[in-house]
Amino acid sequence: MEHFLSLFVRSVFIENMALAFFLGMCSFMAMSKKINAAIGLGIAVVFVQMITVPANNLIYTYFLKENALTWAGLEGVDLSFLSFICFISVIAALVQIMEIAMDKYTPALYNALGIFLPLITINCIIMGGSLFMVERDYSFGESVVYGVGSGAGWALAIVVLACIRERLKYSDVPAGLQGLGITFITMGLMSLGFMSFGGISL
Amino acid sequence: MSAKTKDLLVKPIFDNNPVILQILGICSALAVTSSVKFSLVMAIGLTLVSGFSNFFVSLVRAYLPNSVRIIAQMIIISSLVIVVDQILKAVAYDISKQLSVFVGLIITNCIVMGRTEAFALKNPPVPSFLDGIGHGLGYSALLIVVATIREIFGAGKWFGISVLPTTAEGGFYVPNGLLLLPPSAFFIIGLIIWALRSWKKNQVEKADYKISPNSVATQEIV
Repeated sequence: MEHFLSLFVRSVFIENMALAFFLGMCSFMAMSKKINAAIGLGIAVVFVQMITVPANNLIYTYFLKENALTWAGLEGVDLSFLSFICFISVIAALVQIMEIAMDKYTPALYNALGIFLPLITINCIIMGGSLFMVERDYSFGESVVYGVGSGAGWALAIVVLACIRERLKYSDVPAGLQGLGITFITMGLMSLGFMSFGGISL
Repeated sequence: MSAKTKDLLVKPIFDNNPVILQILGICSALAVTSSVKFSLVMAIGLTLVSGFSNFFVSLVRAYLPNSVRIIAQMIIISSLVIVVDQILKAVAYDISKQLSVFVGLIITNCIVMGRTEAFALKNPPVPSFLDGIGHGLGYSALLIVVATIREIFGAGKWFGISVLPTTAEGGFYVPNGLLLLPPSAFFIIGLIIWALRSWKKNQVEKADYKISPNSVATQEIV
């Protein structure tokens, strides 16, 4: 239990997807103008990440890994080079399925997240989460925790940035820095702040 | 080189830079720039993938039903990225280990997907190919500039060659460790945007609110 807890804290704060690995930056920039949109996208990311990382973990362990196909009588087959194409298809398919399922069973949630879901397919954080999971050799349980944690970390970062940007609108920024430039600098400062979590040893 | 070809290739570098103006592909632009060598490998990889995915998507564009176009583009892009990844693993294993997940993340790099969606679906293969290469070059230019700044001032080296001899090696330069850490990439790109926009004024974004100048001169409080 303690192991999972420390993995969670690490993936939220120390290895924050947005501020330490710069993943999901495109939508991070584009969707952080309004707090409400940021919260919606954040929740959607946590949701998708929570499902896709464990799903990809299962696919990787039972189909793609070296010698993973032993159960099917195929010894010594290594399909790990196919992992990119499999992961991205799984993500695209799962997002689609989730959209349909949410539309049917939780229409309120679907209406709130609706426009963000398709965007998420090409969000680097989802793909990045699966690739990190492979690289670090997470077990199934760890990958569930890692999925939730990394999604939550990203959501936290985008909501905080949106709050700052809503305030920044009223400030007097030099012409060339207006918009994108000042957002980058703000994110740099946030990233510096998050680095202080690096000192925590778990 | 005809004017149109030149336009396709050169425009994305300054006038319409994918990272600076279109906010695309920022993720990897930040993550791999701590050394010039990795940035160069990443830049070459992305430029090739972007060029060829545009080319292939444009080849099949007439037969592509609108409803499945996203997944079809994804498959083309990820096949190309697999090729890049496998080549990198075979030729330069160390670099591929260092770049870790970021080679795979070319798939979700918005520049590639954005260009196939915005350009390749509507244009013939050869211009699409050039457009992809052009946007790849725009990305590469930014990547190399940021990496150069970070590596020279952060480690005193460029491409692994000592430029500013550091004090640790008996030279005069005290390296600025901050530049090797992630946050510095944000600052440097922010400042580059500032510089580029002061040069090309038409790229400046409008402020949402204007601060009104003081209509009454500030009175001294007695």
